[in-house]
Amino acid sequence: MTQPYTVIIGLEVHVQLQTRTKLFCRCSTKFGAPPNTQTCPLCIGMPGTLPVMNREAFRLGLKTALALNCQIARATKWDRKQYYYPDLPKGYQISQYDLPFSHDGHLEINDPKGRFETKRIGIIRAHLEEDAGKSMHDELAGQADSRIDLNRAGTPLLEIVSQPDMRSALEAKAYLTELKLLLTYLGVSDCNMQEGSLRVDANINLHVDTPEGPVATPIVEVKNMNSFRAVERAMEYEAERHWQVWQETHQRLGAVPKQTRGWDDVANVTRAQRHKEESSDYRYFPDPDLVPVRVSDTELTEAQASLGELPADLRRRLEKTHGIKPYDSDVLVGAGRPLVDYFVELAGICGDGKLASNWVQQDVMRTLNEQKVEIDQFAMRPKQLAELLAAIQAGEIDTSRAREVFIEMVASGKSAGEVMKAQGIVKVDESALTALCQELIEANPKIVADIRAGKLQAASNLIGQAKKKNPNVNPGRFREIVIELVGKM
Amino acid sequence: MSLTRQEVEKVSLLARLRLTSDELDRMTVQMGQIVAYVESLSELDTESVEPMAHALDVANVFAADELRPSLSREEALANAPHHDREFYLVPAVLGE
Amino acid sequence: MSPLRLSAVELLAQLNSGQITSAELTQAYLRQIEKHDPKVKAFLRVDAAKALQRAGEIDSRRKAGKKLGRLAGLPVAIKDLLCTQGETTTCGSRMLENFKPPYDAAVIARLKAADAVLIGKTNMDEFAMGGSTENSAFQKTSNPWDLARTPGGSSGGAAACVAAGMAPLSVGTDTGGSIRQPAGLCGVTGLKPTYGRVSRYGLVAFASSLDQIGPLARSAEDAALLLEVLAGHDPLDSTSVDMAVPTYSESVKQPLANLRLGLVREHFGEGLDGEVDAAVREAVRVYESLGATVKWISLPHGKFGVATYYIIAPCEASSNLARYDGVHYGHRTDEKKLVAALASERTALETAGRRAEADALDNPLVRMYRESRAEGFGPEVKRRIMLGTYALSAGYYDAYYLKALKVRRLIRQDYDAAFAEVDLIAGPVTANTAFKLGEKVDDPLAMYLVDLYTVSANLAGIGGIAFPCGFSSAGLPVGLQLQGPPFAEERLLQATHMFQQATDWHRRYPAMFTE
Repeated sequence: MTQPYTVIIGLEVHVQLQTRTKLFCRCSTKFGAPPNTQTCPLCIGMPGTLPVMNREAFRLGLKTALALNCQIARATKWDRKQYYYPDLPKGYQISQYDLPFSHDGHLEINDPKGRFETKRIGIIRAHLEEDAGKSMHDELAGQADSRIDLNRAGTPLLEIVSQPDMRSALEAKAYLTELKLLLTYLGVSDCNMQEGSLRVDANINLHVDTPEGPVATPIVEVKNMNSFRAVERAMEYEAERHWQVWQETHQRLGAVPKQTRGWDDVANVTRAQRHKEESSDYRYFPDPDLVPVRVSDTELTEAQASLGELPADLRRRLEKTHGIKPYDSDVLVGAGRPLVDYFVELAGICGDGKLASNWVQQDVMRTLNEQKVEIDQFAMRPKQLAELLAAIQAGEIDTSRAREVFIEMVASGKSAGEVMKAQGIVKVDESALTALCQELIEANPKIVADIRAGKLQAASNLIGQAKKKNPNVNPGRFREIVIELVGKM
Repeated sequence: MSLTRQEVEKVSLLARLRLTSDELDRMTVQMGQIVAYVESLSELDTESVEPMAHALDVANVFAADELRPSLSREEALANAPHHDREFYLVPAVLGE
Repeated sequence: MSPLRLSAVELLAQLNSGQITSAELTQAYLRQIEKHDPKVKAFLRVDAAKALQRAGEIDSRRKAGKKLGRLAGLPVAIKDLLCTQGETTTCGSRMLENFKPPYDAAVIARLKAADAVLIGKTNMDEFAMGGSTENSAFQKTSNPWDLARTPGGSSGGAAACVAAGMAPLSVGTDTGGSIRQPAGLCGVTGLKPTYGRVSRYGLVAFASSLDQIGPLARSAEDAALLLEVLAGHDPLDSTSVDMAVPTYSESVKQPLANLRLGLVREHFGEGLDGEVDAAVREAVRVYESLGATVKWISLPHGKFGVATYYIIAPCEASSNLARYDGVHYGHRTDEKKLVAALASERTALETAGRRAEADALDNPLVRMYRESRAEGFGPEVKRRIMLGTYALSAGYYDAYYLKALKVRRLIRQDYDAAFAEVDLIAGPVTANTAFKLGEKVDDPLAMYLVDLYTVSANLAGIGGIAFPCGFSSAGLPVGLQLQGPPFAEERLLQATHMFQQATDWHRRYPAMFTE
């Protein structure tokens, strides 16, 4: 990298917590219901209604904050963030302003491909708030009315605000990937971006190297990024755009009001969004309808205990206990806890983590993909796969034939032994193997000459001939014998 | 400190109230009087006083995450000034 | 004797013994309403047919020997700030002229479960903002003692209907004195319970941290009966307290021995009307004659009560009333007119070359909000929304709202210190008797200062009761206020009952009552 600037990125992530009911009323949070069928007087904001905090939402929030290594506030309160919008029926959103329930945590990100150093991304705060409803604007219809659906109004959200610690689009994507994985492991959110369960806004600017030292450019907020890939592309685009703007204007941070831009996923550009008037004066004040939450030591201990093993720890354990590489632990852990459990059981039986990891990552995961099933529904359990791996380890079968056996096992539901038996796969003993080798050496003087001349790859030809004569020949062992015999000549 | 008509006009937008010119004039005078009166509080030293947002010392009030019936759509929309039997309708805001 | 002369407790006894039916009783009150309410205008809506039907149902259940609720067959009037399912609930505002809540307030559900006959919805200052009931968008209520005067407010209809014998029991709300002040001015007994004692669920919020529902009646005994039904924990109100409800209707009869009464020095100074001063001091002598000891105390921050209140209440109100935007319910301006107006404003500005102003015009949605709210709210509500919005806006929060919350703590601490020395605090409800309708309409600050003696109880969250303790030379009731520590409603009621056993001020009726 020789650009004369550093990219500075901070992310605000909203995740929908997996509760049955909304944050302050007991309407369903289920996605996809017909418009305005999951509302009650409270989430319509009718006069006289009063909010009551969902205990489960607070518990899930607490769990997440602990997993993000946050400090937990012993007393927290709820504030009203006031603005007018038709999908916000009370005219205010219940959120947390100056006393969020958690703050000052971090999440570690790394790149198994080594494109950036392992680093900690600081978490400024994580707080609970309610979602707004949905406004639909029919741009094509011009002056037509906007339509409001309040089904989503009041859904519990956890807002996680990072420090501006990311230095590239790649790091931003890695942070999101790791965060999503963490949330999935905790079981606090389904993180489905299509259904709006996870939303990302980014703040980005540059620190430009100048003779007087680094200079910060104005911060821009980017919205409407509907996938992690979109975040990555939007950040790349923005960094480049900021650089162009800097070169043209030399505007520094504070020179212009903070701009909000929306990502256009089709055109691959960001566009300035119209500024809402006096939008920043939210007139926060404590919601008098809700009482504070105080967290006791016992509750903290219990929440901590409920976390289970988190992705980063799990990766370290797999690497340490099963001797696999960071790249492999990353793939396995990234595929979810049930797959990791499958791997651990398999590796435990066969005693070779590397072998187990290869089979899980390649053959098992490919099959899951083809069959579109989860590992829980995969019929071949670790014990059954271990039988096949044991045959490989014993030299009874080579990897490529084992793949065929695996496919047959999947198709027929038969055990490794049964399939191998049916296909006539048995280990060729040492003397038969030596005899076959001797026979082929005698019949192929030219190849032997090549081998003797140091062209060891010529042995492959003999292996091919051997496999034609007897498909059960173990190519590895056969090759060893060829070289041994030729060496003695 | 006295309020200017301009400040009052700005507040009226923030409060989403449309005030006529006469109302603005009157509001400026009346708010000025009331604000001057409530500013008597500034004579009190409250440096070390804990603010009191609630009259009660109650904390940790929660509800169980258990589903309760929602309103039917018809009931939900019954009081809406403008709807299409499916959605609430409002004048379009373009470009947002 | 006309049943209207009897107390609710006496009426209940007659209902239970079969001397009178609920239908007869309800009919008697409906006749009184028909006769006098055209002058008093205490009620916004009375559904006679529905009330009679309900009374009939209760009568037949009683006849069939079925178990009945605590108020079986007694008519109760409801302030129109409380949501009644499927029935218009206006809060005295054009904004909610046609609003029919799809649910009952917690206290309405309790009253229905207690087999009360809901006789009608009473008039009030719009969204409970005011002290004269003149801020109602629909009508001005008169004081039954002098129709040219205010019944007080905001629960003016609730107090006036009891004073005029149009209902034996009535439910009001009190944010800064809205039960006690009209009770005092109309010569009835009104209690504001401790914050958290009665569920606010379904009470249309004015200032959420101050609002509380309470009873208005002709006596402490009757108020005790009604409070017993209203009070209690509600899981739907996070600020409702999970604490057993005493049997107020029984305990009210026990006199308090060795009652220590506190008199606040600051309450008897400049501004207090001489006749009010004299009546209150005489009431204190009655208590002394009943064995009470009196001690002069100080509530040093009391004089900041009104200023504190007129920051906190408007701030909360500006937020609570943001929901009235003409989108999901309530009044919406005529959209065709709005679009046409915007277009012509734009053309005019553009023609005049005032391009920037044309661009700064509200978008249609913002204009819809602003116009709907401008049309739906009256001047006092607008004033408070403006004040609250201003006080919470960027740069002012610390100077106003935060400051007020701190003074609120000081006010509460004053009370805590006082109640370490005395059992109850006695004093005037208001500095003057009922003022003339229209007298303070153009002077909001003067109107706010009427709340001087009542707002502090709301800020501190404690209970208070008002009841008649004399009459002015003009024949207007003078009220006495007692304030007690948190959750001392029993003590307030007992002390009031002691007084009412020894005096008969509460049994005086306005002339019209007996016409």
